[in-house]
Amino acid sequence: MRSLSITRVLLAGLIVVAAASFLPLWATGYILGLLTLAYYFGVFAMAWDLLFGFAGEVNFGPTFLVGTGAYTAGILDNLYQPPIWLCLAAGAFAAVIGGVVLALPALRLRGPYFGLTTLVAVLILQNFVVVDAHLTGGEIGLTVPDVISISDGTNYEIALWFMAVSGAVLFSLSRSPVGLILQASGQDAVQAGALGFNVTKHKLTAFIISAFFSGLAGALMVFYLGSASVGTFIDITVSAQIIIAAVVGGRRTILGSVLGAIFLIAMSEALRPLGDLSNFVVFTIALIVVLLFPGGFFGLLTRGREDA
Amino acid sequence: MAEPAHLDVSGLTKRFGGLVAVKEMTLAVSAGKILGLIGPNGSGKSTVMKLIMGIERPDAGSVRINGVEVAGWPSHKIARMGAGIVFQHSRPLHRQTVLENIKLALLPDRLTRLFADPQTDARARAIAARVGLSDVLDRRPGTLPFADLRKIEIAKAIARDPQVLLIDEPFAGLTAKETAAFSDLICELRDDGRALLLVDHNVKSVARLVDRVIAMYVGERIAEGSADEVMRNETVRRVYLGGSIETAARPESSFRDTATPFLEVDRVSVQYGKAQALQDVSIHVHEREFVAVVGLNGAGKTTLFNTISGLLPYSGNIRRQGSALRGHSAASIARGGIVQCPEGRELFTEMSVRENLDLGGQHLPPAENAEQIDWLFDLFPILRDRQRQAAGTLSGGEQQMLTIARALMMKPKLLMLDEPTLGLAPVILEQISKALEKLRHSTAITVLLAEQNVTFALPHADRVYVLEHARIVWEGEPTRFAAEMGTGYL
Repeated sequence: MRSLSITRVLLAGLIVVAAASFLPLWATGYILGLLTLAYYFGVFAMAWDLLFGFAGEVNFGPTFLVGTGAYTAGILDNLYQPPIWLCLAAGAFAAVIGGVVLALPALRLRGPYFGLTTLVAVLILQNFVVVDAHLTGGEIGLTVPDVISISDGTNYEIALWFMAVSGAVLFSLSRSPVGLILQASGQDAVQAGALGFNVTKHKLTAFIISAFFSGLAGALMVFYLGSASVGTFIDITVSAQIIIAAVVGGRRTILGSVLGAIFLIAMSEALRPLGDLSNFVVFTIALIVVLLFPGGFFGLLTRGREDA
Repeated sequence: MAEPAHLDVSGLTKRFGGLVAVKEMTLAVSAGKILGLIGPNGSGKSTVMKLIMGIERPDAGSVRINGVEVAGWPSHKIARMGAGIVFQHSRPLHRQTVLENIKLALLPDRLTRLFADPQTDARARAIAARVGLSDVLDRRPGTLPFADLRKIEIAKAIARDPQVLLIDEPFAGLTAKETAAFSDLICELRDDGRALLLVDHNVKSVARLVDRVIAMYVGERIAEGSADEVMRNETVRRVYLGGSIETAARPESSFRDTATPFLEVDRVSVQYGKAQALQDVSIHVHEREFVAVVGLNGAGKTTLFNTISGLLPYSGNIRRQGSALRGHSAASIARGGIVQCPEGRELFTEMSVRENLDLGGQHLPPAENAEQIDWLFDLFPILRDRQRQAAGTLSGGEQQMLTIARALMMKPKLLMLDEPTLGLAPVILEQISKALEKLRHSTAITVLLAEQNVTFALPHADRVYVLEHARIVWEGEPTRFAAEMGTGYL
């Protein structure tokens, strides 16, 4: 009944990612584009799983962090055209600051109030973007002058390896002593405190890490799409999709989130001919998976080897 | 000069709203000694422990660990000053193995520690060996018996090498053999030179271990001394046993339904996962009879009531007027006239007194409803004055009266009262006691009362059962109780 060892999981992950990196040799630009989005989405979901699955805090507004990162990078590029890496760094940094500002007061609250706070934060950010249109492009969206590359293959590789590195870092962290303390804090904060752990410090750190990866992924996605809009980065529906990806993929597994993200993106695309009905079908399937297999896809894959 | 005490508490006070949970508590334990803190349910002993550990913030008073004032600190800082706690209810990490659970407690509170210290593994194994967990290191907590889960909690607490260790109900839920092994472990910890505080319900369970005992009742300290002294103490005896109790029992043969009692619980057993909550329990209640089930917290009283109410699966039989209740839903049992008045009161705290009563009587026609409320206001006059007040703003005693009144709105045939005295001051007990007396004389109601406060239960009871560790160990008239069960109950 041993847990899967970290090195074996990382090695297996590396093999899968290496294999996936050969995809541009034969796949169409359309498929590559979809997967590129799915990989960024996977990072959003993994970052969310660190907060929910380990720290035990339900963040209903992952897009607050994603959107802050994306719009900061996009606006900066629009105004001053600094080197792209600087925009990316600024996006990640802004998301971390936003995360701390949100989490510091919110972590004092108990029960469902933390989740409500994060939900309201998304609405505030969305309103800010819509109202401050001269800066953000408002409801029409923000077009950035630069993109990292116009090659589908290059964009695909960037997203793939960014996801791989994020996944490796987040997964290792979740299995490290810090991850163990985080789980203990999430499960029984009173006892964790009595064992000498500063629960608030650990949860805040989890929030910062989650914010960093969400913000950086958001910023990278802006320079892939060449634009930012409320509908792709901030809307509550996007938040819901991120959460569904993480839960369907398998919560508390970090890596399962990537499977969930690919599933969500692929399904919405495959069902596009159904029009408005497609989302309905995707969400119904997600609901069934959650009800019948609470361990998610990753739980199904590893069943028998590890208790979900 | 004597070595400074490891733990020194004085004037410790905690209020929850209007309720004073702990009042001016003073205690001290030094290295290599064990202090027992005992008191009935609701006496505030667990709150004292939480205040020491920083889980609750004291309103006043001082807590010193090795001379350092820590009152009001957050609990992780108090833990680092050398205090540890073993909780009664264990919540280990279920996806991790026993070994990993122990390792958790050995980790430093640092964010930079991404790889465990290589010595951690060896230390965790040594601790596991000491508490007797070596054989189950790679198992997950969910697959282990209850005693092993308690051992995990002890292992976690001693992993941090606390100089002051607080243990909440060390032997709750353990068998005699497990209790003996646990006692040995506690003695070893004392011999290491730690200061230990054991919190429990009665002196008996910790008498063998403790150097001194402090007894608490409704937030205040009522006695201190050796286990023997405390057991002989008059105040303690009165709290647990009552002084001279006047009983008013009616002989069992005086009830009309002697052949088929109103309620029969026949060899009922209930299992909570691995713990046996009720074992072969048989009791019966005649119509219009007042029966008391006395027993300490954890004996199974609430489980018995919940089983009768149809809330728990059981083996054996429960019959109402001869016909089996199995298969009836909890709602239909309640509508049939068996109404439970829960221990936690479970009032709708934001609704007014009147609204709470109306809810209880919502199945009655309006005229009957009003009549019933009038009758209840005569029974509990204070509720008439408090009609418009939110239930949550009532005092503990008034809330208890409201709970009973709400149950009576359903016009029960059999009223099951679960620990109505929980956490109430003696003067309030008297008021509730009077109301019960009036109820008994003026109505045809049948009452089944669960109590750990014998003083409160005996004067009303026609018959008494003693429930101990999931079993009925005694049955008889209240007059015989003190002579036959008294000493065993302390």
